[in-house]
Amino acid sequence: MAQIIIKNLRKDFGNFTAVKSSSFTIEDGEFFMLLGPSGCGKTTTLRMIAGLELPTSGEIYIDGEEVSQKRASQRDIAFVFQMFALYPHMNVRQNISYPLKSQGMPKAKVKERVAKVAKILGIEDILNKPVGGLSGGDRQRIALGRAIVREPKAFMMDEPLGALDAEFREHMSAELRALHDRMGATTVYVTHDQLEAMQMGDKIVVMNHGSVEQFGVPQDIYDWPATMFVATFIGSPSMNFLRFNGTVGIGDTSVELDGHVFEVPSQLEGCKGEIAFGVRPEHVTLDPEEGYSGKVIAIEYLGTSQIVTLETPNGTLKARIASTQEVVVGEMAGISFNPKTVTLFNNETGVALLSVNNKGVLSDG
Amino acid sequence: MSGFSVTEPSKRQKWFAGILVITYAMVTLMPLLWIIATGFKSPEDAISYPPKVIFEPSLEGYVNLFTTRTRVTTSMEETLLPPETWYDEIARDSGTVISGPTRYGQRFTNSVIIGFGSTFFSIFFGTLAAYAFSRFRVPIKEDLLFFILSTRMMPPIAVAIPIFLMFRQLGLNDTHLGMILLYTAVNLSLSVWLLKGFIDEIPLEYEEAALIDGYTRFQAFYKVVLPQAATGIASTAIFCLIFAWNEYAFAVLLTSGSAQTAPPFIPTIIGVGGQDWPAVAAGATIFLIPVMIFTILLRKHLLRGITFGAVRK
Repeated sequence: MAQIIIKNLRKDFGNFTAVKSSSFTIEDGEFFMLLGPSGCGKTTTLRMIAGLELPTSGEIYIDGEEVSQKRASQRDIAFVFQMFALYPHMNVRQNISYPLKSQGMPKAKVKERVAKVAKILGIEDILNKPVGGLSGGDRQRIALGRAIVREPKAFMMDEPLGALDAEFREHMSAELRALHDRMGATTVYVTHDQLEAMQMGDKIVVMNHGSVEQFGVPQDIYDWPATMFVATFIGSPSMNFLRFNGTVGIGDTSVELDGHVFEVPSQLEGCKGEIAFGVRPEHVTLDPEEGYSGKVIAIEYLGTSQIVTLETPNGTLKARIASTQEVVVGEMAGISFNPKTVTLFNNETGVALLSVNNKGVLSDG
Repeated sequence: MSGFSVTEPSKRQKWFAGILVITYAMVTLMPLLWIIATGFKSPEDAISYPPKVIFEPSLEGYVNLFTTRTRVTTSMEETLLPPETWYDEIARDSGTVISGPTRYGQRFTNSVIIGFGSTFFSIFFGTLAAYAFSRFRVPIKEDLLFFILSTRMMPPIAVAIPIFLMFRQLGLNDTHLGMILLYTAVNLSLSVWLLKGFIDEIPLEYEEAALIDGYTRFQAFYKVVLPQAATGIASTAIFCLIFAWNEYAFAVLLTSGSAQTAPPFIPTIIGVGGQDWPAVAAGATIFLIPVMIFTILLRKHLLRGITFGAVRK
């Protein structure tokens, strides 16, 4: 089991920079998510940690040892591929025992280890079958089996649930998380699914265009996004941005939207120009008493809640409200926000302005 | 009324397809059957007109293929001891005695050594090159691949004279090594391109999984990639063997004695004591057998090889 430290990691493919100077730390035993849209460099980062790509520059420490230029086989980590990559010319047992054979482990011990792993994963009855005819779930279990049988320092998983259908994915993600809790091994998991990342991860790194946008526990990232990209990428529907031109000074506790004053957390950073007023849909309330209002243009009914889309003077806004509250399409509705949850962004750079509320989350990342 | 299906051919269509395939097979198999039959005819039957479809089989052609004989007169024949073996007897029946073996066996062995040798090297180097082209960042890769392919763009015999001069200079004329080198060189472009196609189809993840599992790059190559590429290797090997086995022009030009292969030798049989068509046919029949066996052994792969890329596994 190991702590993994990434320092200024960079990877260039010719003229294209896949990963620009990433740094973060994965604590021992953590379930760590690398999250981002496709092409953001998350898989490249994972492959560099695993040793399948060599970084252009930067350092990778696994358990205090610098491994960035070492071969994959010398790093003692396991990798679970999206397409499973089970050896098609071998049966299930051979697939699982293959990593042990490379270590020259005695046959009896290999058998014992494979049996143990098969029991954990519940695949004892298919051990002697060829891998060809098996279902996606079983293949996934075998791929996991091949990873855990070696008892490596850490697990790397590249969208391991991506190839499964939606229903089974749910089940497998729970199984994976349970397996991790049971083994307590450091796991680095790549996904583009923000829901999966929030559900399973102890910590999340959000990447975009090859750089780390934010790094922290899911709750912090959700509540206090460091950039507008993170705010948009995480959460469904994503964070609302009401754009306005103005000035925010240090110590300000309110901003003015279309002539209406709204309270915000006390600001520690000023900004002049176009500013985005960021608020999550669940922190928007519809209140007829309010002066600031928008026209209801759509309603999505979701059972216990509903998503109301409004057209405000500062742009489109989505509110998640109780489905019991009556809203009529086409009518005007008064809007208010939970002032404690608001984040202001510099709309040009996309970076969040520090306030007393997000200081704790953002100042160390 | 029976159900109508869009994909299932009707009975009539099946019949039509069947007849078409049988007709085509007969057209292509006809020369082959003719050669095999001629090998078992007597010299008179072989040249009779109209051709004899039903004839009395004889092994004379095969005996003549493997032996040199001396004609004897009836009076001399009476002084000889009775024939010892069945082939002695066949020779005696046509008024000759066997005076020694021909060089067919040796030429055939040359064909086997050169054909299989060059196939082995074409596959060996072809696989390594194809793997490198498929997996590594090779500088000017596209140009190199085109260059390799371009060696196939002219008929190989177009460079016969330079090759002849080169071989003479290097002392490779009429040697096994020389012929193996030549056929390997000609086949390599085909094998690199075919095998690259097959190796490209093998997902990279298999090797990466092996690398992570603690194997070296080379171990990953021969333990994971090679078994996956077996189909491609087998079908490429068949193509290489067929070329090297049947090659005639270079063999005529570059070999004359110790390294001569069967194709340039077979026509020379005809000159020994009249037109001995059954012996020629026998030589051709035996010559067909190794490629036939090789192809039958690998035919499962061959079929998948020809359709490669069309159906994903």
